Amino acid sequence: MSDASRNGKYRIVHYVNQFFGGVGGEEKADCEPFTKQGPQGPGRLLEKRFREGNADVEIVATVVCGDSYFVEHQEDVLRDLIPLIRGYDPDLVVAGPAFNAGRYGMACGGICSSLQSLGIPAITAMFKENPGVDQYRKTVLIVETANNVTGMEEAVRKMVRLGIKRLRGEEIEFPKAEGCFEQGIRKNYFHAEPASGRAIAMLLRKITGDPFETEYPIPFFDRVDPRPAIADLKGITIALVTSGGIVPTGNPDHIESSSASKYGKYSLDGLETLDARTHQSAHGGYDNTYANEDPNRVLPIDEMRVLEKELGFKRHPWYYATVGNGTSVDNARKFAKEIAVELIRDGVQAVILTST
Amino acid sequence: MAHICSIITISQTVGANRIVPAVAIPHPLGNPRLPPAEEKELRRNLLKKALAALQTPIEGQTVFS
Repeated sequence: MSDASRNGKYRIVHYVNQFFGGVGGEEKADCEPFTKQGPQGPGRLLEKRFREGNADVEIVATVVCGDSYFVEHQEDVLRDLIPLIRGYDPDLVVAGPAFNAGRYGMACGGICSSLQSLGIPAITAMFKENPGVDQYRKTVLIVETANNVTGMEEAVRKMVRLGIKRLRGEEIEFPKAEGCFEQGIRKNYFHAEPASGRAIAMLLRKITGDPFETEYPIPFFDRVDPRPAIADLKGITIALVTSGGIVPTGNPDHIESSSASKYGKYSLDGLETLDARTHQSAHGGYDNTYANEDPNRVLPIDEMRVLEKELGFKRHPWYYATVGNGTSVDNARKFAKEIAVELIRDGVQAVILTST
Repeated sequence: MAHICSIITISQTVGANRIVPAVAIPHPLGNPRLPPAEEKELRRNLLKKALAALQTPIEGQTVFS
């Protein structure tokens, strides 16, 4: 912290929406940003609780912005507000709590995320279903709150506890233990107890019905309803997509052999088959010998061509490929979204996806 | 979409609906131990199974083995 010429006080800037800033309710949601000196609304409670926690803080300014105005002009608002907030030279910025107010949550997250990347500690608080949580939990410490303002006292208490740690420059290694949403950041460290001992202890808790916490939560996967069956293959366009890493020789897009950050789109125009000269595998998660020898073993162009002629469906002249090897679910989801949009745009009615 | 894949459980976990089990991880649509003509036949049959899966009405995740 920088406490020169401040009488040792920590300086806090507080961000609130039009409601908590005392401007008005939904009818004032298009209120442009402005600043007030000192604490406003929940800021007074924040300041009080900070002081009760033996942190000598001062809320030097409260920044207020209408919820609709923020989300409709996010770029402009951030461009104006971030330097303004920095001008107060804050040791910490607190936004919200936003509870389950979606636009407010997006605003709090946006402000904190921008400040964090400039090295200014910033915290906020929201209800778990606030869209701001999904959007910003990875970059911002977000305290979990109740879904409405009746949870103010508890939210402020948790924010103050977290805020004091941040003011003191403590690293927050376990966001959950601080009442925050997990950030999905994995850090390696040495645990006093070997994994085998921890696993057995966890198993025993499970057997006896005691609560236990997994050390490795499984990501949540979407489910989609099955598409209706295709009545007739004649005349429809079928595309091939693979996570098996089949790329043109030389891997022109440099798709990574593991933890892929991209996919490629490659022409099949005029190709009746793939062979060791034209294509190769870029995948680092299996022995490539057989795929390099005959890439049709992963991306079956040769027999697709034969079946096309026999059954009367049309070829899609492009295929998409990535490497499915430790690829993050987030990246995979992003690839799938982009690929699906293009395939639909290009009139493809069915896809065969091959995976190693 | 039909998913031809070597590890069925992964396909089920990520939510594919029409799943066709493949041959092996390094050669899902081939088998280097077979003579070329038989290997092509194997590949052709897997593709036909995937095409049939696309033409089959299903209620939920289905493995077409």
